[in-house]
Amino acid sequence: MTDVEAAVVDAHRRRWALVLASTARVAGDLDLAEECVQEAYAAALTSWARDGIPDNPAAWLTTTARRRAMDAVRRERVFRSKLPLLIEPEPEEPADEGDMDEPEDAVPDERLRLIFMCCHPALAQEAQLALTLRLVCGVPTVDIARAFLVPETTMAARLTRAKKKISTARIPYRVPGAAALPDRLRGVLGVIHLLFTTGYTAPSGTSLMRTDLMDQALHLARMLRELMPDEREVWGLLALLLVTDARRATRVDSRGRLLRLEDQDRSRWDRAAIGEAHDLIVGGLRGGRPGRYVLQAAIASLYAEAPAYDQTDWPQIVTLYDALLKVWPSPVVALNRTVALARVSGPARALADVEELEKDERLAGYQYLPAIKADLLRRLGRARAASAAYRQAMELATNEAERVFLAEQLSDLEEADQEAGR
Amino acid sequence: MAQYAILLYAQAPADADDLTPQEREAHQRHADELGDAMLTAFALQPSTTATSIRGDAVTDGPFVDAKEVVAGFCVIEAPDLDAALEMARRNPITQLGGGVEVRPVASGFVRG
Repeated sequence: MTDVEAAVVDAHRRRWALVLASTARVAGDLDLAEECVQEAYAAALTSWARDGIPDNPAAWLTTTARRRAMDAVRRERVFRSKLPLLIEPEPEEPADEGDMDEPEDAVPDERLRLIFMCCHPALAQEAQLALTLRLVCGVPTVDIARAFLVPETTMAARLTRAKKKISTARIPYRVPGAAALPDRLRGVLGVIHLLFTTGYTAPSGTSLMRTDLMDQALHLARMLRELMPDEREVWGLLALLLVTDARRATRVDSRGRLLRLEDQDRSRWDRAAIGEAHDLIVGGLRGGRPGRYVLQAAIASLYAEAPAYDQTDWPQIVTLYDALLKVWPSPVVALNRTVALARVSGPARALADVEELEKDERLAGYQYLPAIKADLLRRLGRARAASAAYRQAMELATNEAERVFLAEQLSDLEEADQEAGR
Repeated sequence: MAQYAILLYAQAPADADDLTPQEREAHQRHADELGDAMLTAFALQPSTTATSIRGDAVTDGPFVDAKEVVAGFCVIEAPDLDAALEMARRNPITQLGGGVEVRPVASGFVRG
């Protein structure tokens, strides 16, 4: 890669949202804005190779994209003035050229506006996530389609529909007022978290992770923290992502096989990230009842901070799960709690809880339920029932690395069972 | 400014005559509060009085068979969706077991 290519790629990764956000304000239309921004990045390749990389690449790209947008808006106006019979909505006033030198402090606000617009409650959660990926992260539609396991044309149609709703229904391009903020923030946090988990265990394919999505999510969480420094749930989310991501390098072995938490090499965990998360959590737990993300981060952090798996503070984790269930009564949380409960009160007690959760329809088809159940049954020496549960989990697994892991657990179990029977 | 239709939904048959004086009063107060932003508003007779036509077939009752039916509608003017939602949220029907749907208006006219 040449220096110019590297600079353009870097500007794409770090500045896409900013350039798009600022262009959208001039264009008054997201499709037009996107087109102009794409053209500006393409123009940068030739222009920078000829004239050198500018001191402020983002400013260069923004100026170029906004000029193109303004030209397009002007052309559109001339076109309309020649068709006086067409009833037209009042066109958005494009900003003056002089408006282009924006103060530095306006920068983060632009990106935040874009995120909040994408996460407007008038848009379906799936559309919120897809739009955030497309508009804020600049992820190509084909990759978003892959993440959602749908054909590219389907995803393109979905994005078009969402963008059309933004312009037709006039979803405003702004950070909502204080009263609406908690509701919206929940959506924003949810989208960033979903983005991360989608990368953390890829919904399909042979590799366990999609690290590009994890990086994007971490980047967004950091950005949100800069912009909303007083929101404890934002600290919680960032901490949760950091502490989970700290184990990235050790989740699979050299052959790409999944490693359980207890089998991972703790010396290779990112201690700096775990430390940063710890500080955020301590702040987040202070003052008032902690929210969902702070509590989830605190649980993940206890797992990460234990010197060895067997020295994990299980009773404290169960206590945190109880608090989490109060603010976020999710069956998945209740299920995860049983893993820690098995350590505190024994596998039989945990199995009773898992069997109770099996009645919850929301967990039907959730592969981790039979996987957890299998592990508990195995520890209770009920090999036959454990085998059946492993098979059930394998049927439900969609990620190949996870399925291979379950198959190995099953074959280990059956070998041990045969030897015991001999 | 953009125009939005606010469609009011209530349990079938959504009879305006069933409204208590207090509920009627709440709707009037809401209209007064919106002032000039409210362009037009109509309450409808119950869905049992509706007649539907699809193609050539004429049938008794509302067009869509559902537990909740359109009880009335109004058209408001607002700068953006958030402002429209804010007005729609304050509609008394949202607190009386019903709800509203907010739809941007594409075009239309009113005679006189």
